[in-house]
Amino acid sequence: MATLELRGLEKHYGGIHAVDGIDVAVADGEFLAILGPSGCGKSTIMRMIAGLEMPSAGDVLIGGKSVTHLPPRARNVSMVFQSYALYPNMSVAQNIAFPLKARGVPPAERATKVAWAVGIMGIEHLLQRRPARLSGGEKQKVALARALVRDPALFIFDEPLSSLDAQVRTMARSELRQLHDRTGVTTVYVTHDQLEALSMGDRIAILKSGKLHQVGTPHELYDNPADTFVAGFLGAPPMNMLKHDGRIVGFRAEYLAPATAPDAPSGAVMSLRVHILRLEFLGSVWLVYGQVEDAAAGAPQKLLAKVSPAVAATLHADEQREFVVARQNLRFFDVTTGLRIPNALA
Amino acid sequence: MHSPETAPTVGVGDRDRLLGWLMLSPALLYIAALVGLPFFLAIALSVTSATVGDPTIHGFVGLQNFVHVMHGSAFPLALRNSVIVTVATLVFTLVLATGESELLARHFRGKWLVQILLILPWAMPVSLAGVDWLWLLDSEFSPVDWLLRQVHLLGPGTPFGPANHLYYYGKEWLGLGSIVVINVWRLLPLATLIVLAGRTSIPRDIFEQAQVDGAGFFRTLFSITVPALLPILMVAGMFTALLVFGDMTVTALTTRGGPGYATQALPYWAYLKGIDGGALSEGAAVALFMFPLLLAGAILALRIAYRAESQGDRS
Repeated sequence: MATLELRGLEKHYGGIHAVDGIDVAVADGEFLAILGPSGCGKSTIMRMIAGLEMPSAGDVLIGGKSVTHLPPRARNVSMVFQSYALYPNMSVAQNIAFPLKARGVPPAERATKVAWAVGIMGIEHLLQRRPARLSGGEKQKVALARALVRDPALFIFDEPLSSLDAQVRTMARSELRQLHDRTGVTTVYVTHDQLEALSMGDRIAILKSGKLHQVGTPHELYDNPADTFVAGFLGAPPMNMLKHDGRIVGFRAEYLAPATAPDAPSGAVMSLRVHILRLEFLGSVWLVYGQVEDAAAGAPQKLLAKVSPAVAATLHADEQREFVVARQNLRFFDVTTGLRIPNALA
Repeated sequence: MHSPETAPTVGVGDRDRLLGWLMLSPALLYIAALVGLPFFLAIALSVTSATVGDPTIHGFVGLQNFVHVMHGSAFPLALRNSVIVTVATLVFTLVLATGESELLARHFRGKWLVQILLILPWAMPVSLAGVDWLWLLDSEFSPVDWLLRQVHLLGPGTPFGPANHLYYYGKEWLGLGSIVVINVWRLLPLATLIVLAGRTSIPRDIFEQAQVDGAGFFRTLFSITVPALLPILMVAGMFTALLVFGDMTVTALTTRGGPGYATQALPYWAYLKGIDGGALSEGAAVALFMFPLLLAGAILALRIAYRAESQGDRS
């Protein structure tokens, strides 16, 4: 267990800056999710932490010591690849014992540790099987046991859930988080799936084109995005963003309600005349697709509202209705830079 | 001519069984005419008293030809040498091919040049290669001897001395060693290509995982790479073994089986007996001795390769 710190980390391929000056510190025992669209450089960061890739500039510190020039095996970092990378010619037991064998752990101690990791993952019945005979979920558990077995300073996960079925994935998510809580190993979890980042991370680092846009708790990121990229990337649906009075005004779809709805905010509100385009049934909620025609802004601007079934029943497609958002739920962004303007100044 | 009413015609291309046979037939004909027929002809010849002067198949003599060649003084040596040369070539070729594929699976400056150099022996005409090796290991002008003399390993008062030459093709073990070296040289490119194809098909994740798990080069090689390569090494080994065991050109171009029968090998002995010596039936008998050995080797290799393949399916 240890802290992890990245200082001015950069990686260039030719003239391309795949990772462009990353500074982030992960506390001992923390679960940091690195979230970003594909090609944002998150995998490269992870590979540099593991030592599989040499940074072009900057430092990687584990437990306060620079490991930038150490090979992967000297870093005591456990990594779980997207493919799980189980050794195909070895049984499950041999796979899990491999990191210990490679470190020269004596057989008796090896057996104890393997039994411990196997017990935690609950895979006693799989020990003699070959990886080819395992399901996706079983492979994941074996890979986790292999990562766990040697008391690593750091766990690195590279989208470990993306090759699982949707049904298994939700379960695996909470199991993975529980595993972290039980072992308390500092974890860096790379994903492009915001649900995984939001549900598992103590903090999330949002990355785009090799640059960090915001680091914070899931709540901070969701409620107070630092810029329009984070606002538009995080949350399903993303934050509504309208051009208004020379600024960008953002608000979440769940804060937008028809003025006639029983739960409509009162007091200081922003009121919008919305042309309802379509209503979409999503089970427990309805999505309202609409647009506002604001002469000053030019073209009509699209927005989304999340409403309860009862409220949805009062709405019809192709009608004009008045919608309101509480002023405290508005977020303001600069039109040119996209950066957040604090509410006090707006 | 396509109106909506006309049903599409069913051609040969839609009849899978017929199409299958049609596509297989050239290969089947070729194998029957150039492999099957000579094979049965050889069996027929081996139990008759046919000679080059009288090649008709009559005069059944049973297994007399086999008994006769087995009691000749050349046969035991030829069998022994064939096995030694094949096994030695196999071991060296597979070890070197694994090493070369490890090298070529990595990225480094000037890799293209190394690739060309490693593949070159394969592209070399046999006659040219023969001349090369004849000169390289010539009894008078060998540059290898010259090099050894320069570093004082050969010549009067040196470890390999006192002679100034080693006479590679004139001594039993040096001759066999030379034959092995030449065989490894000529078969390594093919084996490397086969092994490299297998090496590059192993997912890169596996090697990176091993690195993170703390494995060094040799542990990765012996615990991960070689087991994963086993099926493909079997294939490469089978090709190599069959090409060496059935080959007479290297022996014919270098030692010619000498001195005496000390470096004689089965294929060249069959040729000398059957064609040069005119005893067609005895030549056929010698050649047929190799058949069960080759068949057993091929079956064994295929079985091991198949088992490794079905166990070690990539995850």
